[in-house]
Amino acid sequence: MSVNSVALAYLIASVFFILALKGLSSPLTARRGNLFGMVGMAIAVVTTLTITSNWALILACIAVGGAIGAIVARRVQMTAMPELVAFMHSLVGLAAVFIAIAAVNNPASFGLPETLPMGSRLELFLGTFIGAMTWSGSVIAFLKLSGRMSGAPITFGGQHMINLILAIVMVGFGLWFFFSETTNWTAFATMTAIAFVLGFLIIIPIGGADMPVVISMLNSYSGWAAAGIGFSLGNPMLIIAGSLVGSSGAILSYIMCKAMNRPFISVILGGFGSETGAAAAGDGTQKTHRSGSAEDAAFLMGNADSVIIVPGYGLAVARAQHSVKELAEKLHAKGVNVRFAIHPVAGRMPGHMNVLLAEAEIPYEQVLEMDEINSDFSNTDVVLVLGANDVVNPAANVPGSPIYGMPILDAHKARTVMVVKRSMAAGYAGLDNDLFYMDKTMMVFGDAKKVVEEMVKAL
Amino acid sequence: MIGEVDPTIINLTVFVLAVFVGYHVVWNVTPALHTPLMSVTNAISGIILVGAMLAAGPAETDWGVWLGAVAVTLAAINVFGGFLVTQRMLEMFRKKDKKGS
Repeated sequence: MSVNSVALAYLIASVFFILALKGLSSPLTARRGNLFGMVGMAIAVVTTLTITSNWALILACIAVGGAIGAIVARRVQMTAMPELVAFMHSLVGLAAVFIAIAAVNNPASFGLPETLPMGSRLELFLGTFIGAMTWSGSVIAFLKLSGRMSGAPITFGGQHMINLILAIVMVGFGLWFFFSETTNWTAFATMTAIAFVLGFLIIIPIGGADMPVVISMLNSYSGWAAAGIGFSLGNPMLIIAGSLVGSSGAILSYIMCKAMNRPFISVILGGFGSETGAAAAGDGTQKTHRSGSAEDAAFLMGNADSVIIVPGYGLAVARAQHSVKELAEKLHAKGVNVRFAIHPVAGRMPGHMNVLLAEAEIPYEQVLEMDEINSDFSNTDVVLVLGANDVVNPAANVPGSPIYGMPILDAHKARTVMVVKRSMAAGYAGLDNDLFYMDKTMMVFGDAKKVVEEMVKAL
Repeated sequence: MIGEVDPTIINLTVFVLAVFVGYHVVWNVTPALHTPLMSVTNAISGIILVGAMLAAGPAETDWGVWLGAVAVTLAAINVFGGFLVTQRMLEMFRKKDKKGS
């Protein structure tokens, strides 16, 4: 194909990518959107094939990668979506680094001059270090999310100073690469290595419940890495697709931070919960809570007019979504109005709870976002909190509390509150939750799935 | 006039406009679909596959080609995995709609 036809085909593919994201504005158009995305990708790949050789090698690699991707996509548990997403971010990052190295090695294959111009060197530098950080950061996020590594923040003295120094050294090597007339492999390799280490160090101090922000941020990085490679190769399609992904991840990070009322920078610096945990423990006053059995809870819900279920990470860990669906159906059959309230940061990634409830085939209109349902708690009979903690902590309304100002689900306003939890342990923020000690609150201890199954039996 | 402009500046123009498009499109995504949004953007960032193909493309084979081949494989996992898992999730949301109506 001629250069112009290739460019036009890429433009068409870019438009399809925009339509793919636009489709997600409603569940009704979302599948068509996804289809547009696939069409765009197919156009992009076929067009690119016309301007390369080594078809056999390329097609074989696509077949192998495609098969792995297809198997993973089919087998993955919905509860494991955050891990899968982190895993896939890491692949984009690593691919970006490989491409950049290949471009430094043989600029001609990308249509670049034999000695890289300054602009290209700058772009390669940016694309590589973003890619490298995306890779190592995502690997850590993956290990933490899949439980192969403790989700607790790993902090040590001088951490931020070390990161800062490394970042400066990395930029220094990047500049050396940038100003070198000939290909400076030493500078390039050192810079890449430091970027790998930096990605690793930046993510280890960030704890489990901040993962929605981290995963959105890495999503954003993977997009910027693709856009960076697009700059290096002078390919507008890569720039457009990468920017769409980059801004999407950035917006999600913003929404997540907002939902936790924490500045982005403090999330990224990490270590939340480690210092406040000790303070909360030394509270001194002995507060009493009331606990009950799953049967008691089932009885109360069965006699209520309205029930709101607040799912949290505990539901995902226990894989209780199908049992919850049964519970909701049983209650519904008894004429109880059952609805679900989703906090934006419930779970480990944006929209995590929605997908789990969707998997269990819980009807769409019963699942409501925080803004839609918050005013209804005060005239609700029973709220059932399943494995959530900080997102229903009324301390968020108390000035001076570490989570003051965080938007919460107003579960405490309901007539009766039931909390299913494994123990009285504090949530991620290390704070005691006054909700658990209210007179109208009944604690039901146990694994979310077992408790819900017992409730279903009792109904 | 446009022929004399540095390509980097043209790229920058495309970049800035694309960020604006992304910003406006993504704010319209319903929060219930934020997880599919992440997986589909994952697939779309697999567009880096195109760069990987170019790296694997030169007729004279050296180690850069093999590096490109690895990158093609990685990016293909992303593209296929991302779109297919998104489709699987969206099927679930469809079932709900059927039931609801």
